[in-house]
Amino acid sequence: MQLEQKEINVHTKIILFSTLCFAVSALASPDIEYWTTDKGADVYYVHAPELPMVDIQIVFDAGSTRDADSLGIAMLTNSLLAEGANGEDADTISNGFESLGAIYAADVGYDSASLQLRSLTDAELLTEAIENFKKVISTPDFPNDALERKRSQMLIAIKAKEQSPGAIAKDAFMSAIYQSHPYGKPSEGNEASIKSIKREDIISFYRKYYNAKNSMIAIVGAIDRKTAEQISEDIVNALQDGKKAVPLSKVNKLDVSKNIFIEYPSVQTHILVGQPGVKRGDADYFPLYVGNHILGGGGMVSRLFEEVREKRGLSYSAYSYFSPMRFKGPFIAGLQTKTDQSDEAISVVLENIKNYIELGPTEEELISAKKNIIGGFPLRVDSNSKILNYVVVIGYYKLPLDYLHTFNSNVEAVTIEHIKDAFKRRLTVDNLVTVKVGTSTNNKNKEN
Amino acid sequence: MKYSRLKISNILLIFIFISPINALAQVHEYELDNGLKLLVKVDRRAPIVITQVWYKVGSSYEYDGITGISHILEHMMFKGTENYAPGEFSRIISENGGRENAFTGPDYTSYFQTLEKSRLPISFKLEADRMRYLKLSDEELKKEIEVVKEERRWRTEDNPQSFLYEAIKAAAFQTSTYRFPVIGWMRDIENITIDDLREWYKKWYAPNNATLVVAGDVDPNDVYGLAYEHFGSLPSGEPIATKQQTEVVQQGTKRITVKRPAELPSIMMAYKTPVIKINNKAQIEHDWEPYALEVLAGILDGGNSARIASRLIRRDEVAAAASVSYQIASRLDNLFMLSGTPAQGKSIQELEVAFRNEILNIQTHLVSDEELQRVKAQVISSDIYEKDSIFYQAMIIGVLETIGLSWGLADEYVDRIKAITAEQVMAVAKKYLIDDRLTVADLHPIPIKNNSANAARTEGN
Repeated sequence: MQLEQKEINVHTKIILFSTLCFAVSALASPDIEYWTTDKGADVYYVHAPELPMVDIQIVFDAGSTRDADSLGIAMLTNSLLAEGANGEDADTISNGFESLGAIYAADVGYDSASLQLRSLTDAELLTEAIENFKKVISTPDFPNDALERKRSQMLIAIKAKEQSPGAIAKDAFMSAIYQSHPYGKPSEGNEASIKSIKREDIISFYRKYYNAKNSMIAIVGAIDRKTAEQISEDIVNALQDGKKAVPLSKVNKLDVSKNIFIEYPSVQTHILVGQPGVKRGDADYFPLYVGNHILGGGGMVSRLFEEVREKRGLSYSAYSYFSPMRFKGPFIAGLQTKTDQSDEAISVVLENIKNYIELGPTEEELISAKKNIIGGFPLRVDSNSKILNYVVVIGYYKLPLDYLHTFNSNVEAVTIEHIKDAFKRRLTVDNLVTVKVGTSTNNKNKEN
Repeated sequence: MKYSRLKISNILLIFIFISPINALAQVHEYELDNGLKLLVKVDRRAPIVITQVWYKVGSSYEYDGITGISHILEHMMFKGTENYAPGEFSRIISENGGRENAFTGPDYTSYFQTLEKSRLPISFKLEADRMRYLKLSDEELKKEIEVVKEERRWRTEDNPQSFLYEAIKAAAFQTSTYRFPVIGWMRDIENITIDDLREWYKKWYAPNNATLVVAGDVDPNDVYGLAYEHFGSLPSGEPIATKQQTEVVQQGTKRITVKRPAELPSIMMAYKTPVIKINNKAQIEHDWEPYALEVLAGILDGGNSARIASRLIRRDEVAAAASVSYQIASRLDNLFMLSGTPAQGKSIQELEVAFRNEILNIQTHLVSDEELQRVKAQVISSDIYEKDSIFYQAMIIGVLETIGLSWGLADEYVDRIKAITAEQVMAVAKKYLIDDRLTVADLHPIPIKNNSANAARTEGN
C-alpha cells in the first residue's frame, strides 16, 4: 500500500506498477472450463463461488443477420419465446421466474440471439427456474395474439428510433458501410417487413435456428462443475437436435467514400464517420484495439476527446471504436455538436483519423495506453456479469480459452509499427463514410 | 398459481444463510478531525478498489439564475489545480489503469475512480488535492460552458422523453428545488461566471461537507491511515447553513402539454410522495410508508408478471410500453411516477384512464398475497444480485450518507420491505396517490417533416 508520493507526478516511473499489476491480474483472471453436451452444444463454465447466484446464458446462431427477406424476424421470434409456451400464457411464465426471484432476459444482436436466466443457487429455486427456462426455449407456442401485440410494439419501436437523431444516424451509417450485407439492415426491421411476417415464418425460423447443434451455453456462478454439467445437459436435451446454421457471406470492402446528410429538426447535428473494421479473432485485433485506445477509445484521455472537446469545446462526447463481430464489424468515430459547428467538427475528426493512419501514435502515447489497458485488467473481470460477457464472446466466436490469461501479454506486444501497419491496411482514408443528421440551414455550402 | 408457502420459506432460509456475507462485508466508519467522513466496505471478490468522493451539493441546493452550477463545477474539477495542469488528473488515473468519471444529481456531486487495489493512494492524493486547491480559470470555463451546452442539447433538447421529464418536474414542484434540472436551464448555463463558480466551490467543497467511500479488496485500517495521510491536513470549511427548500402543499391537479418534434405521444403522471426520513418521534409512526410505496411500485411494475405488463400492455393493449418509478431515498420529498407510450390506435387519454384505474384498484382492493410474496422474493434476490457490482454497493452507501440518512439503512431495507402488508399498500395508495398530489404531462408530437428515409442525400466523391 505504500507508494512514494513523487512517483505519482512522474509518469515514467509508474511503469513499475504496470509490471506489478500484470502479476496480480494474471492470477485474478477466471479459468474457463469447456465441454460439449451429448447433443453437441458447447458449454463454457466459470466457477464463481462467492455469491449464492448463477447466470446461465444460451446463445443461438439466430441473430438478425439470419433475417433474410423477413427483416426483424430474429428479434420478433426471440421476444415471443416467453409470451406463451407449453400451453401457458405470458403471465404464468413470467410469474414462474419472478415468484422465485429469478430474472429472465432475451436479447438479439446481429450475430446471435440469447436467452439468459439469473437465479439464486438454492437447489429448489434453481431447479424450478430451470424447468421454466427450458419450457420457454424448447416449447414456445407463438400465440397469435402475442404475435400481433409484439408486432405492433415493434412498429412503435421503429417509430421511437425515428425520433432519435442518434439512432437515425446509426442506421444510415450501417446501411452505407455494409450496403447489401445483413449488417446494413436494422435488427428491428422496417415497417413493411414487420407487417409482412407471418406466424408460420416465425415457427420455421425458430425450428431452423433454436436447436441444440446451433447453440452454446455459458454458465458463471456458485454451482460446481458437476451441477453445471447436469444443467447444461438438461437444457440442451430439451431442444431439437437440428443443424448448425449455414455460413453467411463476408463483408465486402468499401470502395468509395460517401457523404450522407439526413434532414432532421434537431438543434445538434449527429455525426458518424467510419467503415467496416475488424472481425472477432482477427490477427490485427490487438494493434487496432490498442491503437484506437489512443485515437478515440480511452475515455477522457484520447486524441479525439482532446481535440474535439478539451481544446475546442465542440461536443460533450467524441470517440472512436472498433466493434469486432463475426465478420468485419464497424469502425466508428462519432460526436454531436450544434449544427453551425458541424463542419468544423467533421474536419477535426477526419484530419485526426488521417493523421493517425499516416503517422501512428507517439512512443509516449503507446506507453500510456498500455499502462491503462494492462493496469486496468482487473476491472474487466470484477463481477460475474462482466465475466459472463467475456465467456459468451470467447465461446461464441471460438476465441482461445486462455484469451483473458493472455490478454495483457497481447497488449504488451503491440508496437508503434504494428499499429501503423494495421491501421493502414484496415482503414482506407479515401473510402470513409460520413453521416450527418440535423438541420440543413448551415450546411448548404459544404454538402458537396 | 405458481407460488406456494414452501418456496418463500426457502427464500427466507437463503437469506439467513447469506447473512454471514453481509457481516463480512459490513461498513467501517471513520471521521477525520476536519470533518471528513470515511466509509469502507470490504469486498474481496476482485483485486480492485473503488474510491468515491461525495459532496453534499447538487441542483437542489441551487437557486434561479445559477441553476446547473453544481454540474458545471463537476466539469471544472478536471481542469487543473494549483498542483496539476488541466487534464493531468485524468492522465494519471489512466496511466494507472484506472477508470474514472463524476456525476451530479439533485442531492450530490460525486467523483469516482476504479483501480487495481494497490493504487488507492494515487486516487486519494489527487482527490484530496482537488477538494481544496482547484484552480478555476476563465479561459477553461469558456470552453467548458460550450461543452455543457452541447451536453444539454444532447441530453434534453433533442430528446422528447428527457424534455418531458424536465417539464413535469418543473411543473410539479412549485417551491421545492427539485424543480430544477440537474444540468440547469440553458440561460443559466450561459450566464455562469468564474466568480460564481469560485464562490460555489469555496462554500461546498470541504472535508466537513464530504464523504469518502472506499469499497473493494482493502484493509479498513490501512485505508483510514491513507485517508489521514492525504486528507487529514485539509482545512475544514465554514459551517454551512442551508435554507429550507421544501415544497408547499399542492392544491389540485396540475396539467401541462409539451410539444416537441417526435413520432410518438407519451404521458407522465407524477404524484408527490414522501421519502425515508431519519426517525424522530413525530415521524416514527409513519416511517413504514416509503417501504409500502416501494412495494406498491413493485406490484405495478416489478417485472413482466406485474400489473402494468400483465394488464395494460398484454390484456388491455392500451400501452406499448409503460413503467412506474418511485424515489424512496432523497433529501427532499419526491415523486411516484407512471409513464408510458400508448399502444397503436390508443390515445394518451385512454392510457391515463388505464393508469388511474390501476391506482383505483389498489386503493379499493387488497393486493393478493401471491403478488406481495412475489415482490418480496424479488427484493430478497435483488439484494444478492446487487452484490455482484462493487461499484453499486459503494454507490448506495454514498447516496444514503449524502442525503442525510445512514448507510445502515441499506441493511434494514430487506427486512422493512418484508414487513409490509397488503393493508399498508392500500393505505399509502389512498393517502398519496390522489388528485391533489398529481401532475400530468402529455407529450404532443410535432410531426417530423422530411421523413428520414426520404431526405437522405448521398454524394460519392
